[in-house]
Amino acid sequence: MAGKLKDEILYDHNHDGIDRRGFLKCMAWAGTGALCVMSGGVLKSYSLSRLPELSSKNAMGELNFVQISDSHMGFNKPANPDVAGTLKAAVDKINALSVAPEFMLHTGDISHLSKPEEFDTVDQILKSARPKDVFYVPGEHDVLNDDGKQFLERYGKGSKGAGWYSFDKKGAHFIGLVNVMNLKAGGLGTLGHEQLEWLEDDVKHLKHSTPIVVFAHIPLWSVYPEWGWGTEDSAQALSYLKKFGSVTVLNGHIHQTLQKIEGNVTFHTAASTAFPQPEPGKAASPGPMKVPAEQLKNVLGITDVNYVQGQHALAVVDSTLA
Amino acid sequence: MRRSVSIAVLTVALATGVGTITVDQKNILASAQQKPETTEVKIDNFSFGPATLTAPVGTTITWINRDDIPHTVVSTDGVFKSKVLDTDEKFSFTFSKSGTYPYFCSIHPKMTGKIIVQ
Repeated sequence: MAGKLKDEILYDHNHDGIDRRGFLKCMAWAGTGALCVMSGGVLKSYSLSRLPELSSKNAMGELNFVQISDSHMGFNKPANPDVAGTLKAAVDKINALSVAPEFMLHTGDISHLSKPEEFDTVDQILKSARPKDVFYVPGEHDVLNDDGKQFLERYGKGSKGAGWYSFDKKGAHFIGLVNVMNLKAGGLGTLGHEQLEWLEDDVKHLKHSTPIVVFAHIPLWSVYPEWGWGTEDSAQALSYLKKFGSVTVLNGHIHQTLQKIEGNVTFHTAASTAFPQPEPGKAASPGPMKVPAEQLKNVLGITDVNYVQGQHALAVVDSTLA
Repeated sequence: MRRSVSIAVLTVALATGVGTITVDQKNILASAQQKPETTEVKIDNFSFGPATLTAPVGTTITWINRDDIPHTVVSTDGVFKSKVLDTDEKFSFTFSKSGTYPYFCSIHPKMTGKIIVQ
């Protein structure tokens, strides 16, 4: 699929490789991890097929990190009976990157059933990754049965509320949000009042020129509400980020790469390291998508993000595990 | 279980040497074969089936997860709440009072259902 649709730019407003309609084409990237290169306000994203075109100047910057997502350790159904193996393949991919990432973001669904041994296995596998720091936000599969208590004990040290926090790296401000708690019948992901207040306060004193990177499990934009792929109160959260020139939002949950640019905000979802899910509305339900075993690694992936100070985009490069 | 009852009735009818089944026996067969209130809700393809189920007071409803993905069964009003159900796992609840009981999957809240107890 990705091979058929080339990454041609219909209208490149920002000369960054993505036009607004590129959103749809980005869907064709399903499963290719992403290299993000930030330059000066807009996320710059390259699909794997464009990597050869990427000059080393563009590919390198002050800050380089990797996003992984949805490892679903413990899942053992036909869509991928070896999720540990594919997570290891993701780590191999990360370790083979020409520029060693400084840290990793895991955007949730670390485990499949919130079992201690599932978290243990992921921790063990990620130990072999070159970047030693991993920043987590929970997915709905990480907070089953205990309202996220175990997740907080393992990964939430120093965080607020259900596990939200922020930190600074080389001038960029990173915000980890939790939108998988207290979900209401018929609803979408939700951030909740307490977290929104914290967010407003967290960014209040930052300079407008500060690049912002928000990461959360469920997309903070309406990808496909019919399948719950969106967050009820994300508009409120994004309203606090309007003053910033560069906002990048990284999500997981939908097990495929998708990208959208809206004003100052670039949204990006990462591939899963475990199993693919169908494109929005293209199946009866968002359940695991079975692909022939030899194709599986083409639809799983990692996302490499590269921030270049003074340039106008964050480069996001998705790469598959193949 | 009901099916075996009807077969037993039929067997008795045949064993007693009655060549034809009487009207009475037909009625017994019909009522025996009449499906009892569905007491199972199947979770499949990210939905509850049937989404609305009506049952008499005292019915025990069993939900069974036939999906590749875990789900939960959580009463919107806090009446019942399952643990997470992995594939083929079940959860049962006995409804002892009449009323309408909306519920959803707390992991995938777009999945909703309703039990009407009369």
